[in-house]
Amino acid sequence: MGRYLAIRFGRAALTIVLVVTFAFVVLRLSGDPALMILGPEAPPEVLAAFRKAWGLDDPIWFQYLDYFRAIAKGELGRSMRDGRPAIELVLERIPATLALTLPAFFLKVALGVPAGIYAALHRGSAIDRAVMMTAVAGFTVPSFVLALILVLVFAVQLGWLPSGGQDSWRHAILPITTLSLGGAAVLARFTRSAMLEVLGQPYIRTASAKGVPWRKVVTSHALPNAAIPTVTILGFMVGTLIAGAVVVESVFAWPGVGRLLVVAVANRDLAVVQCILLLVAMTMVTSNLIVDFLYGFLDPRLRAKGAHA
Amino acid sequence: MTPLVNIAGLGVAFGGVPVLRGVDLALGKGEALGLVGESGSGKSVTWLAALGLLPRHAQVSGSVRLEGREILGAPATELDHVRGGRIAMIFQDPASALNPVLTIRRQLCEALALHRDLQGNAVKAEARRLLDLVGIPDAGRRLEAYPHEFSGGQVQRIMIAMALAGNPDLLIADEPTTALDATIQAQILDLLSTVRREFGMAMVLISHDLGVVAENCDRVAVMYAGRIVEEAPSNQLFADPAHPYAQGLIGALPPLDGPRRRLTAIPGTVPDPAKMPGGCAFAPRCALASEPCGHAAPSLAPIANDRRVACIRAEAFRRALLGIAAE
Amino acid sequence: MSPPLFDVSTISRSYAMRSGMFGRATAVHAVDGVSLAIAKGQTLGLVGESGSGKSTTGRIVLGLEPPDRGEVRFDGKPMAVPETAAWRAQRARMQIIFQDPLGALDRRLPVGAQIREPLDIHGIGTPADREERVRDLLRAVELTPAHGARYAGALSGGQRQRIVLARALATKPDFLVCDEPVSALDVSIQAQVVNLLCDLQAQLSLTLLFISHDLRVVRQISTTVAVMYLGRIVEIGSADDLFARPEHPYTQALVSASPAPGRRSAGRIVLSGDPPNPAARPQGCAFHPRCPRAIARCASEVPALSAIGGERQVACHLATGAQTRNAA
Repeated sequence: MGRYLAIRFGRAALTIVLVVTFAFVVLRLSGDPALMILGPEAPPEVLAAFRKAWGLDDPIWFQYLDYFRAIAKGELGRSMRDGRPAIELVLERIPATLALTLPAFFLKVALGVPAGIYAALHRGSAIDRAVMMTAVAGFTVPSFVLALILVLVFAVQLGWLPSGGQDSWRHAILPITTLSLGGAAVLARFTRSAMLEVLGQPYIRTASAKGVPWRKVVTSHALPNAAIPTVTILGFMVGTLIAGAVVVESVFAWPGVGRLLVVAVANRDLAVVQCILLLVAMTMVTSNLIVDFLYGFLDPRLRAKGAHA
Repeated sequence: MTPLVNIAGLGVAFGGVPVLRGVDLALGKGEALGLVGESGSGKSVTWLAALGLLPRHAQVSGSVRLEGREILGAPATELDHVRGGRIAMIFQDPASALNPVLTIRRQLCEALALHRDLQGNAVKAEARRLLDLVGIPDAGRRLEAYPHEFSGGQVQRIMIAMALAGNPDLLIADEPTTALDATIQAQILDLLSTVRREFGMAMVLISHDLGVVAENCDRVAVMYAGRIVEEAPSNQLFADPAHPYAQGLIGALPPLDGPRRRLTAIPGTVPDPAKMPGGCAFAPRCALASEPCGHAAPSLAPIANDRRVACIRAEAFRRALLGIAAE
Repeated sequence: MSPPLFDVSTISRSYAMRSGMFGRATAVHAVDGVSLAIAKGQTLGLVGESGSGKSTTGRIVLGLEPPDRGEVRFDGKPMAVPETAAWRAQRARMQIIFQDPLGALDRRLPVGAQIREPLDIHGIGTPADREERVRDLLRAVELTPAHGARYAGALSGGQRQRIVLARALATKPDFLVCDEPVSALDVSIQAQVVNLLCDLQAQLSLTLLFISHDLRVVRQISTTVAVMYLGRIVEIGSADDLFARPEHPYTQALVSASPAPGRRSAGRIVLSGDPPNPAARPQGCAFHPRCPRAIARCASEVPALSAIGGERQVACHLATGAQTRNAA
């Protein structure tokens, strides 16, 4: 079991290193931060001083190693814009993002999972078809389109809700709705197919044949099995809690991590971008680890493999 | 005397395509009946339909009576009592017949709780007794194991234990040994005949293997394309089959002793249910078919005590059998 | 008797198997010291349960898998080095067919084109010759040339197995390995294919290695039969004689377990215990834990396969050949 854990953790660490390296390379290749921040009219000596101050004139591999050395010490650099520690800038935005993504996550689960189960149990019925059509619409319509439609209807036409900003709970309704609908659609489709697959298994027929009432066949035989694949997609959704709202935050002018990321990229504020990416990679990897352990909990066949190791 | 189960005119169609086309079958208390036929003949569908285990979109017609009481289309609560409690069923594929995420104890005790008036520790004790009975060693500890920790033969034993949990009057064994190796098949068939004797259960053994059915059943019904084409005591069927299809099946089986002979293969293939020939469904493959065979499907007609055959030559068989008897 | 077309001597093959995802690797002896020979135009039947090593033996015989130890000789010569011209020539003379014809066929290509493929690969004949050969092959397996234009999905199981057989015969092989070729087919269709195999063997003087768990089918088609248990041959003899008078307790149990119409189950030998596990082979005679007649010696000493009169060889400490001698 210890070895199994070590391998999982090793793989997680490697993923984080790769993500951060990728971000480092892409950002260095895509433009000169000094020019971006100080503007093309800045005098050459100012630019040179700026580069020296931020270590941008060191060889690239040196910057890279330096960067990892700093991370290892817990230093994530300072924003090139206002000189504050990048981590501080990012952390102060997290509550705003979570204020959208957490309620959205629970809404996705509360809408998507029951809808998927219901559709699977009533396969081919009018309700199944309606759920599936909604689901297809829900994940084919991009979230910025959905966001704009919601703004047009509820803010512009009806005037019930504000179209942007973060002044009251009413401002959060449209962003949360936008986030939940797409995710709920994905979850509904996924749950439905997982459930249909399980309902077609011989052990479901075995349970019915021994006289288990249908309701109990569903709750105690089908659901625990259908939960195994569904957990994968849930884990993925947990992984997007921090940075899954980039588009929605931009559309609704919501001051969360996503908007910070958009602004920092536009400004080549490297430390902030890298800090966010590191955070995103870590949440993704952590949620994957949680999913792996949940698998072991849900599926005795995997548990046995772990125990042997 | 009322038979234990009486099936009359049972029909099943999927999306308008009939797969079962009028099955009549009766089964007495404690009797062992074999049901043979090739894939698609409807032998499993017959019992899945009788127990209401087919998918919702299946159109089922006809009548299935359990001790005179109609169970086809009975309310769910009544059917749940019949399933497992009066009629239990075990299936072919041991690898997926048990729920992979539940312990054997959960699955066995579930059946016990449904059909037996047992409380608390008595449930677990009974579960252990049943596992012992079907020959799972170290039953007490093995109760806590999951299905993947057992071999295919052991899973089939557990399935039998689960079937016995409700003290049923009838056990339907649907190809119970098809996925198992020869020596394990022998163990399971042996176990089935032992528990049948001990519990005084009737049994329907569904198999494509004529040998398995012949050795383990009193009476055999041969199915072809959704109908029963011949029904007879098993020794008579195998010694002297009447229906050309039954003759063909027996002739197609290579002998294990005696001189080798060329197998008498039945030409052609089983008809597609959507393109069923008019008249007798076997006529296109039948060496003895004549013009009238294409007109109407023959119904099962008695040719002797306990023997019925669905063939236009039934009357000739009856006379031939009488002639032999008269000599 | 004609010289053997195929001759394998004391071949062994083991795999490393892990228990669980990261468990310790253990060596599993799939095949352990098997020697077999098949005379030209004859059929050797190989029977056994799952885990007996019969399919691995088939693959080694065909050169699809190298043995760890032992030698495989085809037509008097050792197997050629893979990917050489000699190897390709040798490979064209031997073919294999499997249990699942649908898996062996490409669903997106007309079956006729698939029968033609080996002719294209080995550059046999002109394109017109190849088309003619495909039509001949289809007729040889009792289909019509019209079937060649169909796709595998549009054919029945029996027809698919005929197509696989036609493709295997395209290069006019001398030697055909059949690994459970009729196990997935219904009885009536199985009889059609078995008859066809027997006819083709006689017409083309094919040599067959016929692998199956079904004793009846094996007996129907084989001249000689070898019974395998956990990677070793436990008994070998002429087909009729072996099944009529099995000497090894395992063969006896297998014969007894094969149900026969017109016989009741009374007197059947029912072996206790689980099916054999190649990863945990018992000491001594591998069969002794399940053997109704085992004695102390069986637990410690591996019995050698030895002749007991006639063509029969048995690997059992208790086999005396009494049955065979009594019959003679």
